[in-house]
Formats: sequence, structure tokens, C-alpha cells
Amino acid sequence: MARKPQDFKTPVHNNWCPGCGDFGILNAVQMALAELDLEPHRVVIFSGIGCSGKTPHYINTYGIHTLHGRVLPYATGAKLANPDLTVIAVGGDGDGLGIGAGHFVNAGRRNLDITYILHNNGVYGLTKGQASPTLKLGVQTKSLPQPNINQGVNPLFLALAAGYTFIARSYAYDTRHLVTIIKQAIAHNGSAFIDVLQPCPTYNDINTREWYSGEDRKDPQTGRAIPRVYKVEEQGYDPLIKPGMSDAEIAAKLTRFIEKALEWGERIPLGILLKNETVPSYEERILERIPFYRETPPARQRISDAQGRPTLDLAKLLEELKVT
Amino acid sequence: MHRKNSLAWLIGGAQGSGVDSAANLFAKACAFGGLYVYGQREYYSNIMGEHSYYQVTVSDRPVRSVRSYTDILVSADAETVFLHALEVKPGGAILYDPKLAETPLSKVAALEHRAREDIHSYLQARGLPETMSGMLHDAQARGIQLYPVPYDELLHQMMGEKAPQLAQAKRIANAMAVAASCALVGYDIKLLERALEDIFFGKKKVIELNLRACELAYEYIGKHFARDFPITLEPIVANESRIYVTGYQATALGKLTAGCSMQTYYPISPATDESVYLEAHQIFERRGEQGAIVVVQVEDEIAAITMATGAALAGARAATSTSGPGFSLMVEGLGWAGINEVPVVITLYQRGSPSTGMPTRHEQGDLRFVLHAGHGEFPRIVLASGDLEECFYDAIRAFNYAERYQLPVIHLLDKSLASSSQTHPAFDPQRAHIDRGLLNSSAVGESYKRFAYTETGISPRTVLGTPGGIFWNTGDEHDELGHITEDPIERIRMMDKRAKKLEIAAREIPLSEKINIFGDPASELIILSWGSPKGAILDALEALWAEKRSVCFVQCRLLSPLPSDDLRKLLERAKRRVCIENNYSGQFAGLVREQTGIAMDHLIVKFNGRPITMDEVYQSVKEILLGTAPRRMVLTHGA
Repeated sequence: MARKPQDFKTPVHNNWCPGCGDFGILNAVQMALAELDLEPHRVVIFSGIGCSGKTPHYINTYGIHTLHGRVLPYATGAKLANPDLTVIAVGGDGDGLGIGAGHFVNAGRRNLDITYILHNNGVYGLTKGQASPTLKLGVQTKSLPQPNINQGVNPLFLALAAGYTFIARSYAYDTRHLVTIIKQAIAHNGSAFIDVLQPCPTYNDINTREWYSGEDRKDPQTGRAIPRVYKVEEQGYDPLIKPGMSDAEIAAKLTRFIEKALEWGERIPLGILLKNETVPSYEERILERIPFYRETPPARQRISDAQGRPTLDLAKLLEELKVT
Repeated sequence: MHRKNSLAWLIGGAQGSGVDSAANLFAKACAFGGLYVYGQREYYSNIMGEHSYYQVTVSDRPVRSVRSYTDILVSADAETVFLHALEVKPGGAILYDPKLAETPLSKVAALEHRAREDIHSYLQARGLPETMSGMLHDAQARGIQLYPVPYDELLHQMMGEKAPQLAQAKRIANAMAVAASCALVGYDIKLLERALEDIFFGKKKVIELNLRACELAYEYIGKHFARDFPITLEPIVANESRIYVTGYQATALGKLTAGCSMQTYYPISPATDESVYLEAHQIFERRGEQGAIVVVQVEDEIAAITMATGAALAGARAATSTSGPGFSLMVEGLGWAGINEVPVVITLYQRGSPSTGMPTRHEQGDLRFVLHAGHGEFPRIVLASGDLEECFYDAIRAFNYAERYQLPVIHLLDKSLASSSQTHPAFDPQRAHIDRGLLNSSAVGESYKRFAYTETGISPRTVLGTPGGIFWNTGDEHDELGHITEDPIERIRMMDKRAKKLEIAAREIPLSEKINIFGDPASELIILSWGSPKGAILDALEALWAEKRSVCFVQCRLLSPLPSDDLRKLLERAKRRVCIENNYSGQFAGLVREQTGIAMDHLIVKFNGRPITMDEVYQSVKEILLGTAPRRMVLTHGA
């Protein structure tokens, strides 16, 4: 392999808390990029605001740390202007499902070929632990003066409703699993969403590493913890919806997806839960309108000649407005 | 008194009944005859039923504004007569459908309460019946000629039982009213035929039907009324290639010429038309190849500016187009583009405000807002166009400024510009130049620093995907590489670097792109203005100069950085100064006072949602010259 994860590191000092799940996600992204052997200059990492927002600064590719909640439209703009870029968006659950929820939904509707990694830890970490949109009703994490008054949103359901064609869940402390998922998400032609469960060691004292690992429920026989997270692929789950499938087959797939998306608490599924190849990507939809979009996308239009004169044939456009 | 080739014409009717199409038909018929035309559309925030009207000014000399009066009023409904009859000049004409004559005021459901009260009082005071014919009777008494045209009967004559049903009949009746107008002023019906062919291009049956109906109406006027209307229109020879263009089209064409290849938008009046036009013309010819613009209708204006910014980072010339409420949502994104030095263009069509305000009405209320929008301090360029020609060329400049100085540029327009149409010499792309600034599109090497400190504050820029050009952006304060910093010294350097760019811009941008001066600055009075009042001011100036009045007009086009030294020099010399603008407080006058120390002697403002008319400028400036004007004058014309 030509590239190593090291090639995607920067010397920037990392100031996340020790043990933060962000490290697992950062490493997984760097490993996935190396394993896919992508040229760093062809990759752009976009991020929102919060602890996860700092991710691009630690990765040696183009890195765009955007505004709170706006990571997806920034990423969309870049990808639309230059579809040759590998565009990865990362952001927290507050960023993506609270302040940026509208963009999350509308990005799904487009099915643009980008990957969106949600750092899902149930709290707003950088502002010291307020409840985020994924925290369940009645849960009281460390900083909350009272239990959470809102229901938690189900990111997988929302992603399905919005139209994401690749929906997966992984776990920040299972880097190897996450690397596999990120690679497939990048390879997927369409909007890929990865819900990454991520303990916040500082502010989420409920959904901790120990909780996900099942340290509180040891097998009485072996004395070993029974992890809450498990991998659907190990149970023969097949997420693929492909062209040619009957409506009934697709309905069965979606029903299975919903069953998996509903599981929480004692058993939490990880893995690719949906991969739908029947929906055209946004690029394909643009190609229907602009057949040469691939060759000369917005970023590569030759807009002026060597003398700086516009190349547009304006006279033709003025024709319909002409009166004398 | 006979007058040739100078006419103010107005058509009014219910929204959705073809008023715009009819006005377009009349305007185009005049334009095809080589006449100069200016048209302005007024409409409610409503799909169907509310009162809309369209004013057209026609002349054998360039016209740039609407008038306070009209020579011919074409009424498609009774409401139009109630609302506009008093605007018709003595000697003018009202065309109407006689079957509507007995419509009582109380039956005109859509009328605003205030208007109804005023009309009621007006008619009552004169002892006239509260009906349309009451208004008509009053008009006649004021020397206005009445032209009842029974559109339905004529259509029935023509088609018998096959006469079209209500909606279509109304539309055809409007075209017939245009034909009747042409007959009144003796204008060649052949030119109307050409306009019909142009507007209904390719729809043979529609053209034929409308043409036959128009001929009937044209003949009807000739047969039933004396040929004594005092105004005539005659075609003249135009020695140039001319277009009839609307403001949003001019701006869109400027964007395409500039090479804008991505536009994002969220639907909002009156900005949407521009984006829709761009999408309808998304594929076009470039020299030797095809070009395209990707137009994206997004989920909100936050997405609009951030998506355009993302596209600009990737190297596209990218823009978004909006109006006040949308721009309010864009403000955080504007600051991000500012701190990250991203060349993104925001086209802002101001409208009646605050909040939802008057969504389809005109105002210049956002000047102070765009100058200061965003928390903290960052450089931006704001340019304001005064007419359709400037809409076109400034749209190109906006991208050049954005890329040369690597900052967000706001192209400030308004509803009046968006919805006005004008005959104009065809835009000339040879007058346009594309300047992409310090842009590296190939490998730049290991040590590349996106925000490298330079003399000018401008750092060579790469775009996403450039080999060797990797950079980082962040909304946090950052170092030369683009990584977060909270270091106090680095902070000072970066603030200085960004601010420097605006100083350079102020120095480099030529005066001709900052200020237009019309007349002699040593005149007795200097009129200062910005944006769309330009047309009315220029039209009024012609009349004032014809009377040998000593007046000069200074139009400011660059609002940030404001050419304050140039303005100070001009204003210092003036004996008296007046600022004219479409807002309540005189925002520009305040800005000029802040930056030059010079206060205006007079302020002429208008904030009723309607553009300033030529006559309003003429009258108020005359009062100033005569010394009878108060310090602040509020203009109120418009239905």
C-alpha cells in the first residue's frame, strides 16, 4: 500500500479530552483514506462546530471547519462545483440533528455523492455537556440540572426518511469496524450517513465505554461482559436494495431496517443497515440536465480567454430580448 | 396641444388576469418601433385577485423612470378606475369596459380600507355616485376623454358561440385594450402584430386569435371616436441594436458573462426571478464549447450562502441571490466568508421591510444592514447599481472584486430594478473583463500557506483539489496555514491583513466605478443618491437643465469602501446639497455625514413601497431651488 495513516496526520496539537471517542473516529478516517490510497489533495474534510469540528485540522487533506450546523451545505457546494473531490463531512449530533437538522434532511433528498459521519455522543461537549438531540427522554447526564425533557431523535430513521441511500452505524472504539464502514461509505455512489456511537468521557456518564461494552452485565458463567453493541453483518443481515428488486422485496428490506433502527438499550446494532442502489445520485440528476457536467463542472468552466475576455456568447442570449 | 412620441401609459387589473402580458405587449410594440420604453410593474404579495398595475413610459429619447401621472389609463376592472383615475392628466384618456361602469365602490372587494375611505370622501364631497361611472364623470369634468370599449361584444361578434370563457376572454380583452391604445395614438398596428408574434412565439393559433381581436378593437376606436387624441406615437429609426430587458435579466446576464457557474437560492420575492431565469438558461455557448451554470434551489438562505461559499472554495465563480429576510439568515455565513477570505457574491434585492415588510414593494432600507451585517469586523465590498446597464456590468465587477480582494461582495439592488424593464443598447461583452486575482490552479509546493502575510494583505489562493495547495479554513481566528489560533499577536496580524485588503481595494478601484457625476459639480445644488432613484433623477435633471437650473447629480456606486475623500471634495464645493433615497431615515445621507463630516441641507425620502417618480424629483428639487422646501421631504406618490 502506497499510503499510510501517518501521511494523513498534521502536526497540529490535538486538544480533545483524553479518552475521547473523537480519537477513534479521527484515526479511522485517516486509516480509511490511507487504505483507499487517496491523494490528499483530492480529499476535503468538512466539519461543523464543537469538539468534532476540529477534526479537519488534524488531517492532512483540504480541511474546512465551517459553521455550527452548516457542514452539509458547505460540503455540498464544493462537491457540486468539483465532483472529482472526495468529500467527507463530520459533525456532532447537536450540529447535525439540532441546529443543522434542516440541512441533514435536505442533503438526504439530494443523494449527492458525499459521506457524512455523525459523532453521536448525546451531549454538547464543548459547551460543557448540555443535552443533545439524540439523548433519550428522561436521561440525566452529568451536567444536566434535571433529566432530559425532550425525546431523543433516531438518526437512522431520520436518515431513511430524508433519503440517504447508505445508512450505517459504527462505534468509535471499534476502529477497525469503523474503517471498513467509512471505506464503503466513500465508495458508495450517493449520500452515505454513518451514525458513530461515541462516548464523551467528560460529560456523558450514562452511555459510557463501559456501558457500550456491557461491563454492568457480566455473563455469570464466564464472568465476561456482554457487549451491548453487536454487528449485523455477523448475523447475516443484508442491507442491499438493488435495481430489479420487487416492491415486496424492497418493503421487506425496509422493514428489517426499521427493526434494526428501533433496537436500543440491551442490544445495539452496528454495521451497514441500508445500501440502496436504486436511487439516482444528484450528479446523475444534473447530468440529465447538463450532459457535459462531468467534463466541465462549475469549478472547471473556461470562463475567460488568455486576455481575460469572457468566453460567453452573449449575443445568442440577447437574441430573445432584441427589439431593434 | 399636440404632443408626439412622449407618453405615460398605465394598465391596471386583477393579479393573474394578464395585466403584465398586456403591458409587455404594449411596451414591445413601442420598442419594435424604435421608441424608448421604460416599464415598471407593481403587484401585491398575492397569486390572484389583488390589484396590480404596470406603468409604461414611452419617448423618442431615452426614458428611465415612471411618471406621477398617466396620459392613458387602461382599466381591466373597476378597481383600476377607482385607484388611478385621479392620476390621469387633463387631456388624457381612460379606456374601460362599459359593462363595468355601474360597479359600486362597495363591490370592489380587494380595495384597501384606506383607499376606499378616500375615494368615498372624494366622491361624496363632489356629490357623485359611489360607482365607477361616478369616477368617470369626475374625470370627464377634468377634461379627460372616455373611451368605452365593449370587449365582450366585439369578441362575440368575431367568434360567436366559440367566444372564449372568462379567464381567456379577460386576457384577450387586455390585448384588445392595448390595440385600442395604439389606435388612440395612431400607432401602426403592424408593430403590435410583431409584438404578438414575439411574445407568443411559435403559438400560431394564439397569435391569430389575439391579432384578430386586436384588429377589431383598433377599428372600433377609429369608427366610434373622433381622431382628436392630442398625443401620437410614431415609429422612429433606431440606429443601434437594442434590447428590451428587465432588471433581473440584466443581472443574470452579467453573472453569466462573468462566468458565474453556480448559483444557489431559496425562493423569495423579488429575487427569485433572477435564479429562475438562470436555470432556464443553464446551458449556453462559450467560444468553442458549451458552458453551463448549476442552479440549486436550497432549503434555506443559510444553505444558499454556505453552499455558494463551498463552491467558491472549489474554484467556481459562485453566487446567491436573495432579498432582505433571506439576507438576514445569511449573516453568519457572510462572516465566515469574510474571515476565510472566500470570494462569494451575494445579490441582494432590497424590498419593503422590516421583517416580511412589503414583500413585493420597493425600498432601499438595507444599506446600513449590509454595511454592518455580521458580528465582529471583516472587510466586504458593497456596490449598488442605479440602472439596468449597471446591473449588468456591476454583476461582472462583483466577481472581479470578490476574487481580486478575496472577500464577500454584496451587489445591492432593489425591487424597482428587479421589476423594471427598459429599452437599452445591447450589452457589450467586449467592455467586460475577467480578473480572477491571485489564483493558483496548479501545484504550489510543500510550504504553501493559504493566508500568508503579504504587503497587500492578499495571499495567493488555491482551490480545493489543487496538488500541493492544501489549506485549512476555520471560522475561528487562524494562522497562515488556516489552523485555529487564539494567540494575541497572531490575532493582530490577521486582523490587519484582512483589513488591509479593503484599503488596497479603495486605492485600486477607479473613480469611474465608484461615483458617477452628471452635470457641473460647481452647480448651485448637488443631488446625492445611490441605487435605483438614478433613473428618476436623470429624467428630472433633463427637465431642470432645460429650464437652465443649476443642478448636479452625484451617484455613489461603491458603498464599501465608501469613496469618502472623493465625496467630500465634491460636496464641499456645493452651495446646497440634497440626498434622495428610498428609505425612512436617509441612511446614505447619514453614512456620508459619518464618513465625510458633511451634512445634507435637505433630505428627500420615500418609503411607501413605491419607487420615486420623475415628477416627484422635479417638484421637490424645484422647491429646494426656490428656497421653499423643508429640510426633510417625504414623497408619497403611488397607488
